This record gives sequence, C-alpha cells and structure tokens, in this order.
Amino acid sequence: MSKIIEGLLYSESHEWVKVDGKVAIIGVTDFAQSEMGDITYVDLPSKDDDITKDEDFGALESVKASSELLCPVSGTIVAVNEKLEDAPELINEDPYANWIIKVEMSDASELNSLLTAAAYAEIIK
Amino acid sequence: MKYYDKLIFELGRKGRSGYSLPKSFASAPAVPENLARKTPLELPEVSEPDVVRHYTNLSQMNFGVDTGFYPLGSCTMKYNPKINEEVANHPLFTGLHPLQPRETVKGAIEMIEGLDKTLAEITGLKHFTFLPCAGAHGELAGLMLMREYHLARNDFARTKVIVPDSAHGTNPASAAVCGLEIVEVKSRADGLVDVEDLKPLLGAEIAGIMMTNPNTLGLFEREIGEIAKLVHDSGGLLYYDGANMNPLLGKVRPGDMGFDILHLNLHKTFSTPHGGGGPGSGPVGVAESVLPYLHIPVVSGFHGNYSVMMKAYAYILMLGRENIKMAGPLATLNANYIKESLKDCYKLPIPSICKHEFVFDGLINDGAHDDVPGATTLDIAKRLLDYGFHAPTIYFPLLFSQALMIEPTETESKETLDEFIAVMRKIAEEAAEDPNILRSAPHNTPVSRPDETTAARNPIVKA
Repeated sequence: MSKIIEGLLYSESHEWVKVDGKVAIIGVTDFAQSEMGDITYVDLPSKDDDITKDEDFGALESVKASSELLCPVSGTIVAVNEKLEDAPELINEDPYANWIIKVEMSDASELNSLLTAAAYAEIIK
Repeated sequence: MKYYDKLIFELGRKGRSGYSLPKSFASAPAVPENLARKTPLELPEVSEPDVVRHYTNLSQMNFGVDTGFYPLGSCTMKYNPKINEEVANHPLFTGLHPLQPRETVKGAIEMIEGLDKTLAEITGLKHFTFLPCAGAHGELAGLMLMREYHLARNDFARTKVIVPDSAHGTNPASAAVCGLEIVEVKSRADGLVDVEDLKPLLGAEIAGIMMTNPNTLGLFEREIGEIAKLVHDSGGLLYYDGANMNPLLGKVRPGDMGFDILHLNLHKTFSTPHGGGGPGSGPVGVAESVLPYLHIPVVSGFHGNYSVMMKAYAYILMLGRENIKMAGPLATLNANYIKESLKDCYKLPIPSICKHEFVFDGLINDGAHDDVPGATTLDIAKRLLDYGFHAPTIYFPLLFSQALMIEPTETESKETLDEFIAVMRKIAEEAAEDPNILRSAPHNTPVSRPDETTAARNPIVKA
C-alpha cells in the first residue's frame, strides 16, 4: 500500500504539493516512485523558469520507463533540489522528504483543482 | 553451457599460425617505402583449431531463433529460412560494387524493382524507397516525406503529429527528431484508439497521425476507416508503422485502410535475421499523393542493406501469393493459443481475441506475503532464461505497469508452444510458493542478473 500524507495536495499525475505561503513545494508521490521502480535520473528545470500548470517541468527516468513531471501550479521556479542530480535514489528512499522544485505561485486559486489525500487515495486504489 | 569470454588475442602464442602462404607471395612487388607501415601488425598468432574453437564457443554464448523460442513482442522473431542466406550469398551478388556502371548490374536492379512491385502489392501503396536501414530510420524518412508534402503546399502550420499512447516508443522519438511536436491520443478501455478523444485534437496544426495496426496490444484498430477519414478531412496524413504488419500479410493492406506513408521492417515481417543476428532494412512506401516527394530516382547510388532486401525477396517468392496469406492466421492462432492457455495464471487486461501478439499484466498470484514482495514481470522474464526461453518484451506498452508482451510468430510448432506454456505455468507456481526463486533468477545462465540500476545511475562509458 502506497504511503499518502494527510495535509498535502495531490495531482492526478502523481505529484504532491505542500503549500508554504505563496510557495508550492512539489515532489512525486510514493505511488509514483513505486510504479517507476529504481529512479536512475531526474531531469530538473532551471531556477527562475516560468511554468504553467500541467506543463512538464522535467522528467523521471527509471530502469523501466521515463515519465514526465507535470507542474500542478503556475508560477516561477524559485528553487530546484540539486541533490537529486547526483542522488536520484533519494526519491525512492523518501519521495515526500525529497522535494523536486519550489514554485512561487502566480495564481493560488489553482490549488483548488488539486486532490486531497483522501481523493488521491481513491484514484490509486 | 560452458562459460566462455576469451579474446582471440589471449589465445595467441608467438610463432603459431594456421596458414602457409605460397612462395610467390613473398616475391610480390614491395609496398613503396613511404606507404609501408613502420611497426609490425598486431595480429593474434593462432592455429586453425584455436580459431574454430574460439568462434564456436563464442557463438554458443548467444541465443537466437536458431537456438530456441524467442517470443519477443512487437519484434516478430520468426525463423529465418536458410535459403534466404544462400540466395543473398550468391557470388554474382556479393561481388557487386555499388559504384559499378548501371548497365553491368541490371540483374541487381531488377531485384530491387521486383521487390518494390511486390511490396507495393502487399501494402496497397505505389512505390518504395529501400534506402532506410531499419525501422526508426524508415520512420524518420517517412515523417520527412510527410512534412515535405505539407511544405510543398505552402502549409507551414502543420508542426504536430498525433501518436497513440500505445505506440511503439520509436514513433514519438522519430517525430521529435524530425522537429515535430507530439500530441498523444488516448486508448479506450478496450485497447483501441479513442476516436472521440482524437476528434478535438485534429486541426490545421496536425501534420498527421502515426499508427500501428494491429496495435501494440495485438488488437486490430477496427475504426481505422473512420480515423483515416477524420485525419484526411482535417488535411493530415496517416503514417503506418509496419512493425506489426505480420498478421496482415496478403490479407489486409494498409493502403486500403487509408495510410499514405509506411515503413516495413524486412527484418521482422520478411524473415531476415535481426537483433544481434544481422542488420535491418526499413523500406518506406508511399501512396500516390506523397509519391512526388519520394527521392527520385528511387533506385540510385547506394541501395540500403542490399543483402537484407534479397533475403526478404527470397522469402516472399518462396512462399508465393497463396502461402504468404497463411503467416497471419497461424501467427494469430499461436498467440491466442498461448493467451488462452495462461490466462488463469497471468492477468489479462484485454481479454478479446488478439492478432499476432498480446499483453499480460503480471501474475495473478505474485506470491507477495508479509514482508516478502511479490514476483514482478522482470522476475518472470529472468526466470524464463533459466528454462531456456528468450524473455518476452517487458514493461511495454506503458498502458499496464507489469506489461509482458508475447509474440510467438507463425513458425513455431504446437510442441514448442506447449513447452513454453508449461514453463510459464511452472513459473507461476514457483512465484506462488516462493517468489524469491524468481526474484533471484536467472540461476543457470552464464551471467546472472546485472545491476541495471547502478549501471544506469553510474554508467562507465569508457574503458
């Protein structure tokens, strides 16, 4: 059973969002990492890039597949977790502790379209 | 099997040789001083038995269709008749040079023209170019033709290509290399392209759609007629990925379905060795509308992988018009026989009758209990190696997380299929009893399970 954390918001494409004021901290869910298998590479965007909701901001590669990362919110990328460049396995180890990007949101109302922990649990059943 | 990984240089001993040159060789005119090499050639000094044993041992470290059953989905690993090799190795062909004057190679050109005519008849298209050397090369060439078709009409807006989510990975990759943007169309629950999802995607920016029919789930896209009409009405073209052509041979023609451009994999459908066994050939055929953009003359300069073309032509002529029609039905029968015989042990997400291949989604009982994880599709594939079978295609298509894609082809006997089915059932039993047997497989191969994760994370790209 994949781990889901109460209080986070979730996208249907298996990203999680933690809201910290105007900033959205974004990573992938435990379900995503377990479906992908051993992550071998994280393709990260550049800091200061502008991003639109549902656009891809990077990709995960594993021995099984490659999968695009879709941004659950619009805004400007204010931080990128560079640790993942050399240690992509951190996402397998703890997908919630190891965020991927932080986005300063341009439209916080977009958060309303995301799923609660309970709703996300339903879609991965 | 005896493990063998020596280099021929390790076998060399000073002064040993397996040949003697005639005396006249020594009196041959000397190489001019300025062209002669200054250091001795570093050749292995070995006897004839050394050489023969070395290469025989190395050849036994391989697995191919000559060794055993090779049910690799979407790869059509059918048996390669030896007469193909005999024809392609005929000295009247192997001695030719591509720059020979045209009038001295009329027979060789006739072969190309004959193959062109035959493939045009099989596919329902007008003409082929044989220059592309394999499938993805053909896709790129075909997409460039698609772009040329639009550009020649001053239609510069068509920069996107629609690709189904079940497509071979090469389709979006080729489109991206061609500078086209990829738009994905979804499959329905029954595994076919969702026509309702397709409709809103069509428009003035769409250059065309790339499809495989039957698709990678082995299902015939029954609505292809409607899809072709929708795409054509919106100004786009249809590209046919010929990787799955085998079940349609002599029965159904992509040209009649409405496809404008296609590539064939001679090395799959037309029985020439591939994978580690030989080069490919990915001829591209076009309908009348695209013909003006095909390179003219179609036969010119270097001719692609000529020997592969000869083998494919030999295959078609050996079978003949009537027998070639049997390839598809027999391949389909074999695939459905395996599917039906194993569906009580393996999850079958799309239960309908398949064509040449089908997809399981892992084991019904993977043996997971307490803290012991269950056996995955990767583990099943590795365990099959222990039993002397090549693994099926795994983790493709991406529609199912434990995809296991099996394509037996028409050249396998019922006995071979039954052996494979028995082994797959045994593997399912093993998983239910103790998934660790599978998780630690293979046990009997020269190389056990490579650490793919470390290899991908920290690749050593030079010695």
